[in-house]
Parts: sequence; structure tokens; C-alpha cells
Amino acid sequence: MITFDGVTKKFLSRTALENVTIEIPAKGVTGVVGENGSGKSTLLKLAGGLLRPDKGTVAYNGQKVSRKDSSRIAYLSENDHIYAFFRIDELIDYQASQFLDFNKQRAYDMLSFMNLDPAQKIKTLSKGNRGRVKIVITLAREAELLLLDEPLSGLDPIVRRSIIQSLVSFVDVEAQGVLISTHEVSEMDPLLDRVLVLRQQHVLDLEDSEAIREQFGVDTAGWMEHIYARKGKV
Amino acid sequence: MAYTFDNSRPIYQQIIDTIHGNIIRGEWPPGTKLPSVRALAVDFGVNPNTVSRTYSELERTGVLEMKRGQGTFVTESEATIQQLKQQLMHQRIKEFMNEMESLGMSKAEIRRGIDSYRKDDDHDNL
Repeated sequence: MITFDGVTKKFLSRTALENVTIEIPAKGVTGVVGENGSGKSTLLKLAGGLLRPDKGTVAYNGQKVSRKDSSRIAYLSENDHIYAFFRIDELIDYQASQFLDFNKQRAYDMLSFMNLDPAQKIKTLSKGNRGRVKIVITLAREAELLLLDEPLSGLDPIVRRSIIQSLVSFVDVEAQGVLISTHEVSEMDPLLDRVLVLRQQHVLDLEDSEAIREQFGVDTAGWMEHIYARKGKV
Repeated sequence: MAYTFDNSRPIYQQIIDTIHGNIIRGEWPPGTKLPSVRALAVDFGVNPNTVSRTYSELERTGVLEMKRGQGTFVTESEATIQQLKQQLMHQRIKEFMNEMESLGMSKAEIRRGIDSYRKDDDHDNL
């Protein structure tokens, strides 16, 4: 379980997340959805111990999370954070030197799955291929928990599809947990075990995605509209 | 790959429909070994948990059999497959009848409609 208990996070005067209490199952894929500025990125960073809450606690399987948990929690930033002067194979060596759970064989399997040339320099990659490389170095870690902040954002449909395919192929949903923040709700839908909806710094709901179809007869995107309309005022 | 799912129904049920179709058309004859959960999940572009749920549901209805250490297979029982075929036909006919009745068609009109549809060329092989 990832447990948020009365969590508030502020940046100076701006509140990013307010009094959030929620239990997210530790295994399987959880989509984190909601409009811009609703608190998705902050929730992911708090879950990984990359930010500390101003109020409340965040725990992973009963243990309070901290910066040190980066040894077992992998995080993919929405920003470009990879070193441009590396070649892809050098980047993989570098990541392997930083993370004990980094599986180089898996990284190379993913590179060939995505048709990437290990000898190519990061700075000469297209935006789409940089997006692919970021996914490779994150999923190559055999981490218990993967936090992916907007992995599809700004990428073309073909790249988005190859990233979704690689998530299906290389994440072990029985052993690993994944939190993915995204606006591409419909594309991501078949991949999700459950959906967490945020609005205006609050969690509105957490629901099993197949149960949404069963109970409401709509997909996640349709359900989100429904939730937003019903619980719009917070 | 690139499957599109109907938004109004659970994905595992839609995968069940696809597998039922493969079995009834004979593309997957009795005893056929099914792809692994992971492989089918990649084919459909869905969460492997969804495929696991599909397999266990089909095992429960007897359409698939799980053999320990060997994988998942289409049942060897012709009777089960025949029963599935009848069941699906019944279900589709019921849907069709419900729709016709909701348009206010009488049984006689529906029967005449089917007969004249079958007389039209192109549909001879019905």
C-alpha cells in the first residue's frame, strides 16, 4: 500500500495538494489523472519521497518514505533530465552505476524492441526517441515501484503506442507497482488496473477501471467527466 | 495489436468474446495451446492482469483448461464447444429480437423480413 494520511504540500503560498488521505494498492498500474495544476506531479513526487509533506505522512508498505527510497523506487520526470553528452550505451552504463537494481540486459532488450541504436548520442535524438530512452532507463530498473510522470506528453501517436507496448511487455504487474500521471486517458485506459482522479489539489476518487465499465458503462475518460460534474465543487 | 475496445463494457469480457469467436470458427481447435498471458496482453495492448482475469473466467466456464507447468489450452470437450456455440447463437438472436421488438415489429413481420433478406442476392450463402 501507498498510504497518504492527511497530506498537504505547499510551494510558498501555492497549495499543490491539500489534506489528501488515500490508500493506493502497491501492485499493478494506477493511472493518476486530472486537469493541469490538480496536483498529479506533486502526488507522484511525494509517493517517491522526492518531496516532503508539510502536513501528514506518506508511507510505502507501512514505512514512511524518504529520499533513501530512491534505491527501490524508480522515477521518470516529466522534464528532460538525461545528459545530452552521453551516447545511449554510456547513459545505460551510468544508470547501472547509480542503481543496484538496474538490469542492463533488459535495457538492451528494450532498445532493440524500440529500434534504438546504442551508439547514438543523446543530443542527436529526436524528441520521440528521447522519450523512448527515458522509458528504457526507467523500466530497466527492477524497482518495486515505478513513478512515471507524463511519459506520453508531447509525443506523437507512434511513439506513444511504442511506450504503451513497452509498459505491457516490460512491467511485471504482479511484482511491481506503477503510478502513471497522464492526460492521454483513453490511450492509457486498457493498461490501467485503477484510476485516481485529482481535482484542485484534492483526490476525488480511486476506482478499479474494469469496475468503472461494469458499473457505469463508460470508459475512464467518460467516468472522469461524470466525477468532475458530480463532485465539481470542492 | 491496435485493438479498439468498446468503451461501455469491461475489457476482459471483450477479450472473452474474441477468444470464443476463435474457438467457434475453428481457428483454435480443441486442445490448442493458448499464448502466455504476457504475449496475449502485448497483442491486445492491455494490462496482463486483464488477460489473467479472462483466462480464469474461461477456465471457470470450462472453455479453457489450465495444465500445471504446461500452459492454458482450449478444452478437448466437443460437447462444451457445441454448448458454447448454441449459447452464443441464442444470445445474439435474443439481442436481435429485442431490438426488432423495440422497433415495434411483430414476430410475423420479422420472419417475413428474414425471408426476403435471404432471397436478395449476395446473401444466398446464409
